[in-house]
Amino acid sequence: MSDERRIVIVGAGPAGVRAAETLVAAGVKPIVIDENARWGGQIYRQPPALGGFERSKKALYGFEAHKAEALHSTMAALLPHVDYRPDTLAWACETGRLDTLHAGRELSVPFSHLIIASGATDRVLPVPGWTLPGVYTLGAAQVALKSQGCAIGRRVVLAGTGPLLYLVAYQYVKAGAQVIAVLDTSPFLQQVAAAPKLVRAPSTFAKGLYYIGWLKAKGIRIERDVTLVGIRGADGVEALEWRASREGSPIETIACDAIGVSFGLKPETQLADLAGCRFRFDATNRCWLPEVDAMGRSSLRGVYLAGDGAGIAGADAAELAGRRAALALLDDLGIAHPRGAGLPDAAAIARSLKRIAVFREGIEMAFAPPAHCASQWPDDMIVCRCEEIDASTLRRCIRDGDANEINRLKALTRIGMGRCQGRMCGEAALTLLAEETGKPLDAVGRLRSQPPVKPIPLSPRMLADDIAEIPVEARDE
Amino acid sequence: MPSISPSAQTGAPLCQPQFVRVAETRRAPLHFFLDGQRVAALQGDTLLTAVLMQQRRVRESEFSGAPRAGFCLIGACQDCWMRAEDGTRVRACSTLVTEGMRVLSRLASVETATDNGAPDQAGDPR
Repeated sequence: MSDERRIVIVGAGPAGVRAAETLVAAGVKPIVIDENARWGGQIYRQPPALGGFERSKKALYGFEAHKAEALHSTMAALLPHVDYRPDTLAWACETGRLDTLHAGRELSVPFSHLIIASGATDRVLPVPGWTLPGVYTLGAAQVALKSQGCAIGRRVVLAGTGPLLYLVAYQYVKAGAQVIAVLDTSPFLQQVAAAPKLVRAPSTFAKGLYYIGWLKAKGIRIERDVTLVGIRGADGVEALEWRASREGSPIETIACDAIGVSFGLKPETQLADLAGCRFRFDATNRCWLPEVDAMGRSSLRGVYLAGDGAGIAGADAAELAGRRAALALLDDLGIAHPRGAGLPDAAAIARSLKRIAVFREGIEMAFAPPAHCASQWPDDMIVCRCEEIDASTLRRCIRDGDANEINRLKALTRIGMGRCQGRMCGEAALTLLAEETGKPLDAVGRLRSQPPVKPIPLSPRMLADDIAEIPVEARDE
Repeated sequence: MPSISPSAQTGAPLCQPQFVRVAETRRAPLHFFLDGQRVAALQGDTLLTAVLMQQRRVRESEFSGAPRAGFCLIGACQDCWMRAEDGTRVRACSTLVTEGMRVLSRLASVETATDNGAPDQAGDPR
């Protein structure tokens, strides 16, 4: 019985670790595949194990230190009971099988049950000049500090929108980095209007207000309702041009050598797509998401989704959703739910997740990405960082009537086909296509995923064991 | 306004760094080779950090030749693939720098290294 059961979790962040914990508590031993070298996910990312990094969890994770500590120690205690595979990329998924890559070697991992806890990346929208050295996502700015003890530059501007904007600014200033300005594209009134929803998670809301108040007390310049005009520089960022969004506002130039800019988070849904999960358009996340039932089951039998990869809801929700998906999996196996201290039951999980969902609606309302931004993008602005496809190429293709659907636009222009597989340009391409065609975002199609979801090297080392030598008689000479 | 003269950056390598260390500076030092020059880094640095403590680029775009310095730092954007002198490719944000590592950030130096007979072991990463 247990021989036929192969349970795989992808991701060792908040959702993946709590799913593993729940399964192990019920006597099930999962395989845990994680692309990172150490567990914790992006939010509770740990510095490298080597090198003698010294900062305390309090210094690294601030208010969330106790949660990071709890998650890290849970996973450490789980290690003897799970098949943990760090530094391992799950690059393709078919029925009952994952393809993974570790240290240049490919390994096919069959599964009977799969929990996908693939997390999120920054929601990225282009700004003219955004390929210059010194421009990073807000998440990248945070990773540089958290996992390397570095600031992305000497004079840093943080821009875009989302809760991360203020958190990163706070963390940077606290660490002694110089933050010249915080430029939020969302209007303040939009944030006020969202307050009734935001107070549904009072401590999270309070922390957000604390960061903003703290930054103001430190004299950090905060501007809201701004439009990012462009980034200037020769071999790296030298200045950011911006203006107030109201019509006729003058352009202001801020000298800086680094910019962190992104617009919230976007679920990593490629594996769920390759697995064959059915998708639906989600208005709150403004993107297509894999369908899940009330317990985190996807449309495919034996495939479950948890955490930000199934829709952005934050780390606390991810921990709950990880537990919930594991409980659903146990139900499907006919195994009793584990009981014990620190293991909430399904009803308690559902109540907490419902409360967080309202808060998330508030967050998306308060920090919505700028509307109708694509019409302002200059023709020569690069949209695709990988292959340097510019806005004019996309516009020409759309205006000629050749493409009114995203996968058609991809086929004709290669947008979304480069090394990042649309992670960095997908949002922009969809936004531009929707604006050009005058259609809503959910009517221009969904960018389909292709394996490999990330580049894999085609080196002889990787293939040596798997590719048979060509027989002499079959050789082409 | 601090003037960052473009001419100061295009000439000699190892010019103004992009990153700034604000913590964790007591780690053990190590050395690696960036475009043939021996430079210092700290143990536990990613290759991206180590390179951006020397200059403002990790690579040049194969399309325009424009400098790039990574973007997402979590292995999603694929904008920090560097070439090692032996022809293999490494993603700088998710690879730790090691003692004696030899990497190239400029297309010109990539060509020189290949001309010198270094075998191109890895295919294009995709």
